[in-house]
Amino acid sequence: MTDAKLRQEHKLIAEWVDSNSVVLDLGCDEGILLAHLAETKQVTGYGIEIDINNVVAAMGRGVSVIQADLEAGLAGFDDKSVDTVIIGQTLQSLRNTEKLVDEIMRVGKRAIVSFPNFGYWRVRSYLYFRGRMPVSKRLPYEWYNTPNLHLFTIKDFEQLCRDKDITICDQRYQTGQHMNSMLTRMSPNVFAELAVFCIQPKASSS
Amino acid sequence: MQTLGTDDTDRLEKSVGIVTPQVCHITDPINLSSGESLSSYSLVYETYGELNRQRSNAILICHALTGDHHAAGYHSEADTKPGWWDSCIGPGKPIDTNKFYVVALNNLGGCSGSTGPNSINPDTNLPYGPSFPMVTVKDWVKTQAKLSDALGIKQWLAVVGGSLGGMQAMQWTIDYPERIKHCVVVAAVSKLSTQNIAFNEVARQAILSDPNFFEGHYVAQNAVPATGLKIARMLGHITYLSDAGMKTKFGRDLKQSNLHYSYETDFEIESYLRYQGEQFIGRFDANTYLRMGKALDYFDPAADFDNQLEQCFTKTSARFLVVSFTSDWRFSPERSQEIVAALVKAGKAVSYANVTTDYGHDAFLMPVPDYVNVLTAYLNNAYTVDVEEQK
Repeated sequence: MTDAKLRQEHKLIAEWVDSNSVVLDLGCDEGILLAHLAETKQVTGYGIEIDINNVVAAMGRGVSVIQADLEAGLAGFDDKSVDTVIIGQTLQSLRNTEKLVDEIMRVGKRAIVSFPNFGYWRVRSYLYFRGRMPVSKRLPYEWYNTPNLHLFTIKDFEQLCRDKDITICDQRYQTGQHMNSMLTRMSPNVFAELAVFCIQPKASSS
Repeated sequence: MQTLGTDDTDRLEKSVGIVTPQVCHITDPINLSSGESLSSYSLVYETYGELNRQRSNAILICHALTGDHHAAGYHSEADTKPGWWDSCIGPGKPIDTNKFYVVALNNLGGCSGSTGPNSINPDTNLPYGPSFPMVTVKDWVKTQAKLSDALGIKQWLAVVGGSLGGMQAMQWTIDYPERIKHCVVVAAVSKLSTQNIAFNEVARQAILSDPNFFEGHYVAQNAVPATGLKIARMLGHITYLSDAGMKTKFGRDLKQSNLHYSYETDFEIESYLRYQGEQFIGRFDANTYLRMGKALDYFDPAADFDNQLEQCFTKTSARFLVVSFTSDWRFSPERSQEIVAALVKAGKAVSYANVTTDYGHDAFLMPVPDYVNVLTAYLNNAYTVDVEEQK
């Protein structure tokens, strides 16, 4: 049974995750993706979540969920102990994004990262024409109350991967409910609202 | 006879109602960790709810330092004080007696009906007193397994405990890895810290140095080491509360409007501690208290596994729920996180919640809403997956 709350990007992520593998979902919310992966792909693993109400909801779904603050890193997890680390629309809301990227690459054999693309043309034009920080459905906050602290574009993320010797195995884009439309494939940094990357450390990519 | 008011009826209906303790005589001798043995012993226990046909819905409740078998409900209509975990066990409560068959016992060495220092030693026909052997968490779990056999329960759906009770729940997964499906460990540690042992030692010395202790032979002397027990309990209570919780509950409030300039009770907190201490004297036995404290100090399952805690858990396929409380400094959240990390290392299924509250260590006995929600969500899922879907 597919959970009604399963997001479009979750379906893509689920395609990328191997059956019977170990996953770690950082900022797992109510555990919807993990429950879906356990049911459809027999994965094991854990979700990390800071909000107690989400933790309770995840427990109710039978997900192994650990209440913790991602800012503290992933100290309890050994190097390369996880097949796939998933971090969905969370990197941009961290104070210490770089540290967590390092931690993800330490703990995971590979990772799937999704994030809102700040280079999306509507965001650009909002800033350009109105001269104010963009507010949209996907970025519904004012500058003074947004949980999104580190806003970045697809190009920015690609640069981060180069800087950190991270291999990009695959990348997909979503705009509205559409995955990988022709426009987004042509110029993702302009036309993609959301990006989903599959990455791995260079050392293990040979 | 007095008629029951609506409040009284409510009180009984909202709980498991009136319960009667039962006794299980175990005639298999037991070899204890200390090297001593007992040829037979009795465990007093209570049960709530119904065991299903598949015997798949049984939950064992392990008690903490001064708990007993009376975990829920009332002993009579006149009884006003419910069991120690009535907030959590009962119809519609997290450990829902409409779903689960719940067993709670008084541990070996206890003073609430199970064989302990005040029981008669069959070899001498005199009370054991201080000659009653030291007991450990491992010993308790061994006796709990015997009780499980007697009740016809091959596998517990869950073993649940807070504090020292959580240690027993963990020990179950180590010693009987196949007999437990879910292990619920609340406000516990995998071994005591130096500071924990230090506090226990002060409590012990208070009792041991009481002139009425008579080296443990106080019953024969018709005496009670009341002062020692009282001080031990007062000290314990300080470690059960948090600074913030004490401040909120008592502050610097005075018992009367002005200071006494004497050693009378000036502050509310003094009155509270004295009251808790006094209550304890009539309720608890000194030899039992000393043994329970030692069982805490001795608990260190990793010691048998090269001090690698994760190695303890390799054999079990149980799933774990670990819960800690933000203001618990006796068994702090960091200590629960050590257990979680070991379980992750061992590749075991574990969920963990660190519940925000000012109640300190005592929170494990309190109906803190987030805590109640965590237990409810976890156990409801366990019931759906391991009881309903297995029918």
